[in-house]
Amino acid sequence: MTTDISRRGFLKAAGVTMLVIGIRPDGALAAGHGSAQLTPFVKIDANGVVTAVVKHFEMGQGPATGLTTLIAEELGLSMDAIEYEFAPSDPSKYNNLFFGPFQGTGGSTAMANSYMQYRQAGAAAREMLIDAAARTWGVEPTVLTLQDGVISGGGKSAPMVDFLSAAAEMDPPANPTLKDPKDFRLVGNPGVRRKDSAPKTNGTAKFAMDLHLENQMVAVIARTPRMGGTVASFDDSDAQSIKGFIRAAALPNKAGVVVYAENTWGALQARDALTVEWDFSAAESRSSDEFRAELIAAVNTDPEFNAMKSDQAATAALIDGADKVVDHTYYFPLLAHAPMEPLTCTIQATEDGGILLHDGAQQPTGPHMAMAQIFQLPMEKIRINTMLAGGSFGRRATPTADYQVEAALAFVITDRTRPVKLVWSREDDITGGYYRPAVAHRVRVGLDGDGNILGWDHRIASPSIIKGTPFASALVHDGVDHTSIEGVFGSPYIIPGQFLGLTDVAKATSVLWWRSVGHTHTAYVMETMMDAAAKAAGRDPVEFRLALLSGGGKDQDRLAGVLKLAADKGNWGKAVAGRSQGIAVHKSFNSYAAEVVEISGAAEEGIKIEKVTCAIDCGIAVNPDVIKAQMEGGIGYGIGHVMRDEITLTEGVVDQSNFPDYEPLRIRDIAAIEVHIVPSAEAPTGVGEPGTPPAAPALANAIAANGPRVTELPMNTHGVTFA
Amino acid sequence: MAISLKLNGQIHQVEAEAGTPLLWVIRDELKLTGTKFGCGVASCGACTVHLNGEPVRSCQTFIEDVEDAEITTIEQMEEDKIGVAVQQAWVELDVVQCGYCQSGQIMSAVGLLRENAKPTSDDVDDYMFGNACRCATYQRIRAAVLRASDILEA
Repeated sequence: MTTDISRRGFLKAAGVTMLVIGIRPDGALAAGHGSAQLTPFVKIDANGVVTAVVKHFEMGQGPATGLTTLIAEELGLSMDAIEYEFAPSDPSKYNNLFFGPFQGTGGSTAMANSYMQYRQAGAAAREMLIDAAARTWGVEPTVLTLQDGVISGGGKSAPMVDFLSAAAEMDPPANPTLKDPKDFRLVGNPGVRRKDSAPKTNGTAKFAMDLHLENQMVAVIARTPRMGGTVASFDDSDAQSIKGFIRAAALPNKAGVVVYAENTWGALQARDALTVEWDFSAAESRSSDEFRAELIAAVNTDPEFNAMKSDQAATAALIDGADKVVDHTYYFPLLAHAPMEPLTCTIQATEDGGILLHDGAQQPTGPHMAMAQIFQLPMEKIRINTMLAGGSFGRRATPTADYQVEAALAFVITDRTRPVKLVWSREDDITGGYYRPAVAHRVRVGLDGDGNILGWDHRIASPSIIKGTPFASALVHDGVDHTSIEGVFGSPYIIPGQFLGLTDVAKATSVLWWRSVGHTHTAYVMETMMDAAAKAAGRDPVEFRLALLSGGGKDQDRLAGVLKLAADKGNWGKAVAGRSQGIAVHKSFNSYAAEVVEISGAAEEGIKIEKVTCAIDCGIAVNPDVIKAQMEGGIGYGIGHVMRDEITLTEGVVDQSNFPDYEPLRIRDIAAIEVHIVPSAEAPTGVGEPGTPPAAPALANAIAANGPRVTELPMNTHGVTFA
Repeated sequence: MAISLKLNGQIHQVEAEAGTPLLWVIRDELKLTGTKFGCGVASCGACTVHLNGEPVRSCQTFIEDVEDAEITTIEQMEEDKIGVAVQQAWVELDVVQCGYCQSGQIMSAVGLLRENAKPTSDDVDDYMFGNACRCATYQRIRAAVLRASDILEA
């Protein structure tokens, strides 16, 4: 877009006045009419409609509410007086400040990286409007306030829209004055409601799956049942009679056969009618039992990497000389993410020779770059329309942009006159790879006669999620993929004599981050080992942990703080008669979470989860009710999978296919969840993931209080029955 | 085959093969996308609609079997007294997260309250068992159904 049209001329031509506040590519705050060189976070139109431009996609975790709250707070608006829209894909402007020049959501960073940026954008808008009013009225700006769209003070009062044109002519403040937190009306207010509740309650919310473009084709893909298989040949003669079938074609990379049809049902049926011959010569043919054995062997030999650069022999000697040794080997199976909305996206050609992708885009920069490459177009010819995403849990953020690339390959081999909507079925989702990797741990903890830890020898074996991806430079150090060890490495516990070894094991499937990434297994191991060690030491599990957090710094204090709060609110040590309790605490994504799980029943006859009590310290709680919801959901996600979910392979083929054999958490699985938020003035940290890590070990510890110590998952195939 | 469907109080003429799930007629032909595709095997409840007032899974309800039935989808709940109360309770308690399953949850909740105006927590858990929510909003779903019951009683 050209920018040489004068602002005044543009405003006249457009017939409306619009003030857009954002940040220029050089980082300075900028105002203008929305020309291409600006990065607008706040738009105000002549009718006074204020729109927050949200750079993070909404998968339920709440940024559409959260980032909008920040703008509304600084502008003195009520939540009802502000709209939101998702930002276009442009990493030079809407990048995640923690990800470098990359636009994306992940690692529970949406609020943490946006908090100051969005407040500044809102504050700059406020200051400019007030300055414009002050000049018009000939008063000092300090006497004016902006509240609910009205500027008043010095005996004057007028709607802020009266000053939009004047404000749009001004240079924005370099350092706008942010509201004093003691004056916050919205930030920290538990009464603030989600912006997306109503449309998601009356059926009007549009997810990527709901897109119907005129003349679109629906594409589904027959994929190799074994990772690495390729199409040798296919026969679509039986598909020809399916109503709506258009044609079938091998994908250019031979990864599958794409079926095009007039509608979804026709496409699914036609795919069922295909016969595909696969070339499995380079495909995975092992069963999960084999890579389980390989992982467990790896934690019983010298590790490939010494992740903490500590003295392995010294740790071994300390443990050998201990009064008591607690020794457990753990195995974690592959897990699918299974977001409620199956994967989908739609590609169309635009009139200007470009490509438009409609997607619940978690990391727009990835598919954006992939589209540019596949269609051989400059980045500015690719546009992404970010739509609502029906969950993700990590699945929509593949470093390979897997499903968007599939859609592009399915589109690139057509004449490109018809939009192509790629649809995954649930079976595609469950069998389609990108799993939380299978992981093994072995931990030996030596205790002295007083029950103090002498040495902690911790071995982890896992396929690397990060190696070979663009994220390697940030997350792999000295060969160690830190997502494999996070939660052991970096734990606030002050553990004497600790050794941490890691061995990378080859992948049997594609692997991917899954809500809370490495913490999905490291928290389980750390916190069940803490429980087992406390038991062996004859000490209370809370007291045992607090002793490892005393005399430290803020990190230890904050972890101890949530531990004590959860113990207090969860009536630790005072379970209802006939019930057992377990507790776990874990730091992840710079937040601190502790959970007490209370169960009734016994492992043999059937246990019932009666209550989960959670304490969370995530810094300033911008939207307390959204945070509570994320804890509730994170707890459910963690517990549901350890109860009964795993992905297994037989000769390289996934055994599960849909929800009946990859059973989601159901409403009656957890009777109650209570969440307590620690008041804090620290910068906001993650909430989407931190609720998940402590949930499963707290459940395991509750089971172990009066039953087996579960060290291999899922629980229901390892000695635990659920009521 | 040509089929006449009575959906949300209107008659629609659609062309679909026998064996076509009602879900795909609603979504792809009638373009009512509030009813969601989640699993295709009646295991998640995201596709729940009402057939003569009773919740059914539209992914396993076939078009040839519903010609004489009254079909109601989430888009019609604003015309339903119980539907309005349920939607009000859902918004009050901010039940939704990703929101993809919530049309189905609401259709089931309305079915429950039509049958049982004063359910207990256990009644809710039993009735809503088949509606999966991967975001695990269950705690709020349970509370919102009970809240809707109170709204209706008031």
